[in-house]
Amino acid sequence: MTENKPQTLKNLAARLLRALGAAVEQIMRAVFLLCGLVAIGFVLVISVYLIISGIPAIREIGLADFLLGTNWDPANKTAPAYGILPMILTSVYGTAGAIVIGVPLGFLMAVFLSKVAPRRAAAVIREVVDLLAGIPSVVYGLVGMMVLVPGIRELFGLPAGDSLLAAVIVLAVMILPSIISVSETALNAVPREYEEASLALGATELETYFRVSAPAAKSGIAAAVVLGVGRAIGEAMAILMVAGNVANMPSLLTSVKFLTTAIAGEMGYAGDLHRQALFSIGLVLFLFIMLINAALNLFLKRNKEGN
Amino acid sequence: MDERISLTRGLSTRRRAYDITMRALLFASAIIICALLIFLIGYIVRRGIGGLSWEFLTSEESVIRDVKGILPALINTLYIIVATLIFILPLGVGSAIYLTEYASNRRLVSAIEFATETLAGMPSIIFALVGVIVFCETLSLGYTLIAGAFSLVMMTLPTIIRTTQESLKTVPQSYREGSLALGSGKWHMIRTVVLPSSIDGIVTGCILAIGRIVGESAVLMFTAGMSMSLQNYNEFADIFESSGATLTVALYVYAKERADFEGAFAVAVVLLIVAFAINISAKLAGKKLKKS
Repeated sequence: MTENKPQTLKNLAARLLRALGAAVEQIMRAVFLLCGLVAIGFVLVISVYLIISGIPAIREIGLADFLLGTNWDPANKTAPAYGILPMILTSVYGTAGAIVIGVPLGFLMAVFLSKVAPRRAAAVIREVVDLLAGIPSVVYGLVGMMVLVPGIRELFGLPAGDSLLAAVIVLAVMILPSIISVSETALNAVPREYEEASLALGATELETYFRVSAPAAKSGIAAAVVLGVGRAIGEAMAILMVAGNVANMPSLLTSVKFLTTAIAGEMGYAGDLHRQALFSIGLVLFLFIMLINAALNLFLKRNKEGN
Repeated sequence: MDERISLTRGLSTRRRAYDITMRALLFASAIIICALLIFLIGYIVRRGIGGLSWEFLTSEESVIRDVKGILPALINTLYIIVATLIFILPLGVGSAIYLTEYASNRRLVSAIEFATETLAGMPSIIFALVGVIVFCETLSLGYTLIAGAFSLVMMTLPTIIRTTQESLKTVPQSYREGSLALGSGKWHMIRTVVLPSSIDGIVTGCILAIGRIVGESAVLMFTAGMSMSLQNYNEFADIFESSGATLTVALYVYAKERADFEGAFAVAVVLLIVAFAINISAKLAGKKLKKS
């Protein structure tokens, strides 16, 4: 009896400790689950709030007038106009232009880094390209404002150099780092045997790179392009500083307004319907981005299966 | 090199032309991009270095005393970094742990990963809009540093999740099995074995997140304000009441609203130095911590 009592006490304590341990395990599991769900929560919050605050203006203006209207003049007191077609087209053209300049340049650079350049030189260039990726977008905007805009003004004899062209060049430079690094990764993943087989069959090195390695890496390169599209269409501050911000129908040398720069430039002072319309523009941009993300996921998945 | 030239010698003219053109294109694009990089960095430094001085970094702007300074912007940037990290560090690491250590439901994992990808691909102007409605207005935080930090939490969470997840995957399975076999519970195993061996990824993630926070402008312009003067900071908790411009927003204000380009380029040099430091420390952290 005298021996038994501490024994039961000990048992009890051990059982209690074990129960406590199990409870802690369960609690931590729940905590980690909650952390995991936060990302989903954020996406839901973004979607829901954008839809809620984007719909009213579209309803008031009318979907067709909003999307296809060619006149954006919310400040006009008597007859305000809320057509965003110029901005949609500007965003599409601007992105396309950036891709047309940035992708070939970035792809060739990736081939150079992955296959041709001496290892040391490639390492140094890679460092600097990484630095390029880390420079804030306002800095690109500033350099564009001071170099490109006056350059374009003088080259074409315009009254002002703020133009779609300036924005396209800034965007092309800004998407270069991601294009280079994603396509280089894809090129590095091409099995060495493919290239050796091609060389053994008598193809030159360059024929091998462009006709064997590049096609083998094509889904990775496609992913790089889509990533570039996403970056370019979403950029706001850098092009706000060089595009001039007048909602003209886009042409290369006129001042233009992008979907993103409309929001960034007018949020500060917009009121009422104008402000709501900016949220509707945000909703349109959001839909564009979701489409691009879906395409990106598709390419990345195909890339994984391919390897 | 000589060998290569002799290899092309036996080729038909068409193939030799292809070879030469492609090689020329490769080198041309490499030269264009390198020249562009050197020009960009050189131009920013040349225009900005003159405006950079100890006084510029350590004083508050004052029209009366004719002093230009970005001390408030530096402090605001620092506060926003700290406030954002306080939230994304536990959330991001926790989320990565759930994905690699706990999750058994495939569908849930792919839903979380899809959400993370979506957040990572979202343009910052969207975070600005949502930040304004959700934090500044719905939660009535007003236009304060904390509202800016919360908006950045949404934006930078994927960075931490991704890097932590990558390094959790490299922790050998045998470590986990050894720990569990010795009788430790799962949480104990994570705390004592898994987390310490994945510290490199967590630190790298933090550094990359800091890089994104420092470089962000659109989100902060609309949620944290554009004031360039020193607020009444006595303590960290003041971020709930003060608003102010960070470095990037200050650059924008200098360039676009005041046409003070000397100031703008001086801020650009500071940002360039920060970007450089972040790049180097991210790489060092990945290497050094992995070794130990």
